[in-house]
Amino acid sequence: MQGRISTEKRHTMPEVEPSKRILNFSEVMLGYDEETARSEARRCLSCKSRPCAKGCPVSVRIPEFLSLVAEGKFEEAYAVVRSANALPAVTGRVCPQETQCEGNCVRGIKGEPVAIGALERFVADYHAKFGRDSSAPQSNGHKVAVVGSGPSGLACADALIDLGYEVTVFEALHLAGGVLVYGIPEFRLPKEIVRREVERLTSRGMKIVKNAVAGKSYAVEELFSEFGFEAVFLGTGAGLPRFLGLPHENARGVFSANEYLTRINLMKAYEEGAETPLYPAKHVVVVGGGNVAMDAARCARRMGAEVTVVYRRSRAELPARREEIHHAEEEGVAFRFLSDPVDILVDGDNCVTAIKCIEMQLGEPDASGRRRPIPKAGSEFLLSTDCVIMALGTSPNPLVGRSAAGLEVGPHGEIKADEDGRTSLPGVFAGGDAVTGSATVILAMGAGKRAAKAIDEYIKAKE
Amino acid sequence: MYLILKKERLTETLIRMEIEAPLAARRALAGQFVILRANEKGERVPLTIADSDKNSGTVTVIFQVVGGATIALSSLEEGEGVADLVGPLGLPTEVEGLKKVAVIGGGVGCAIAYPVAKRLFGLGAEVTSVIGFRTKGMAILEREFEEVSSRLFFTTDDGSMGERGNVCLPLKRMLEAGENFDTVFTVGPLPMMKYVAEATRPYHIKTVASMNPIMIDGTGMCGCCRLTVGGKTKFACVDGPDFDAHLIDFDEAMGRLRTYSDFERAARERSCNLYHMEVK
Repeated sequence: MQGRISTEKRHTMPEVEPSKRILNFSEVMLGYDEETARSEARRCLSCKSRPCAKGCPVSVRIPEFLSLVAEGKFEEAYAVVRSANALPAVTGRVCPQETQCEGNCVRGIKGEPVAIGALERFVADYHAKFGRDSSAPQSNGHKVAVVGSGPSGLACADALIDLGYEVTVFEALHLAGGVLVYGIPEFRLPKEIVRREVERLTSRGMKIVKNAVAGKSYAVEELFSEFGFEAVFLGTGAGLPRFLGLPHENARGVFSANEYLTRINLMKAYEEGAETPLYPAKHVVVVGGGNVAMDAARCARRMGAEVTVVYRRSRAELPARREEIHHAEEEGVAFRFLSDPVDILVDGDNCVTAIKCIEMQLGEPDASGRRRPIPKAGSEFLLSTDCVIMALGTSPNPLVGRSAAGLEVGPHGEIKADEDGRTSLPGVFAGGDAVTGSATVILAMGAGKRAAKAIDEYIKAKE
Repeated sequence: MYLILKKERLTETLIRMEIEAPLAARRALAGQFVILRANEKGERVPLTIADSDKNSGTVTVIFQVVGGATIALSSLEEGEGVADLVGPLGLPTEVEGLKKVAVIGGGVGCAIAYPVAKRLFGLGAEVTSVIGFRTKGMAILEREFEEVSSRLFFTTDDGSMGERGNVCLPLKRMLEAGENFDTVFTVGPLPMMKYVAEATRPYHIKTVASMNPIMIDGTGMCGCCRLTVGGKTKFACVDGPDFDAHLIDFDEAMGRLRTYSDFERAARERSCNLYHMEVK
């Protein structure tokens, strides 16, 4: 029924126009109003097979929440989302919906899928303005430690609080949120939203110990012996940035995206009078094609630089969210596809002056299913630049893996854990980038949520 | 907030602070560092732990006032607090089994060399210390070094205290006289550590330099502190800060340290201008 009364066209979300938004770091997407949200939600066909929900890593009951939005029952809709997703205001903004829920939407076969992400964001923002949070259930007397306050840690903490556990989160940085505060820029995810979500959890009893580094300030085993926790979740996240191994990759003017973004997002280096400096650059080259590469490119534009993204495959293989690519292009970021850096050129002061790349062509699909790029002999070319940002992914944070006795880790330092987060140590669970290497916010949240269930089973089994 | 229990001006630009930080103090060892922020808007500043006491839960740092962040830090007084302090970070200095060592410190680096000398001396090693400064007025920790050294040499650039010249002079003399050390530790400005490494290289004496690159998180996330050691990229915050001085690419490290020098100079000038305005 709903299908017939709905419009075919997806409602576009209002956004700040490119020429204005590259002058600041304010949020680009402005969100639906109530009328638009209801109208967009009415486009849902309420398919019996629920393909959208199957595409969601945390199994949000999408058709139910959409039908409540259509009816104007926004708080009820929020409750449905919230029951499965600890951070809807975040995921509504940063999830790659086109490969998940919206990618499975039946409306997308012939036309455009329902804007599920935009509606998730809408109900979360509506709740922040008008809603009230349920109080935490009574404590069951069991204490669990969560290491890391990023997406996996917060999702795990949230699920544990719902089950009655007393949760303490240990955070290495001076601010809670992990990649949500140091990695994702303000214009994509305002830090006020992260602060609000963390505060919502602390108001439900979650304790946070900041400036505490696992494997350094305390050993994982001490969380049991000294601090009296019964189980530990390790959500230590991404670690050392990857580089290409090129000559002069440690020259002045070459940065990891992690460093560049941390200076901007965590340390607010873009603000007037900030104490943390940012390298002044006129022409930035970003190497990579993921969301992090887009974030770095768009930050550099806002800092006033000309920006070129160098990616070794073609546009079709770009792993970034489509919206980020689109926004980057609108903001004047140039792309050099099928190009792979082979050398970094420096001046007498060891400052970057150019990056040498070679043209690539796509061959047969490789193990990842994407067509493998092959260099074209003799096709080298130079891009002059004073700043190169490497956005090539990260390996898992090395500290915990190196320090916890008996904790099995893989060849890249990733913590070995099963589907439910169980590690080689009893009572120690893990999830997110610490286990998988660079992935998405929502996959990390899914892992944290599953681990919470496994922790509950583990503690109950001990009783 | 982390309470400043004691603040002491060692020289015109060097300040020692004892700060209450039980979580950082409980496992701190010589060679490790902390990162602190003076205030809520402050930069994250890595500082080597000069001393720590797990019973009283305190960490002592010594820092030189060089830029915006250290100016902000130096403006805090006893009874006030720093917004954040995290640690201990990095790997402790390896002291296992060492019987005869030389500890070579230069300038503010002596603050970092001191806990290493103290630890080794405490473990029964024969410790020869060489500490050097620009001039007598900038000397620090002379008495402390005396207490933890079997032999102690001073050098100053202008000869106002000890031998005139740099720390390599006494070291080279000892090496030429045929003295051997299990390990030579060196902490100080990069050019000095480079010279120390060159002095010991012909004698194949293991030489360890404590690196102090630019950092942000200090936990192996941002990659800012990377350096080339033996042709490989290493991260000072998690692989160091101690590295084999004979393998470090010091020239590259010196360049990287200057990455933000324009910015730091500007911050210094800004705060000096503010100061002048207040004076008027």
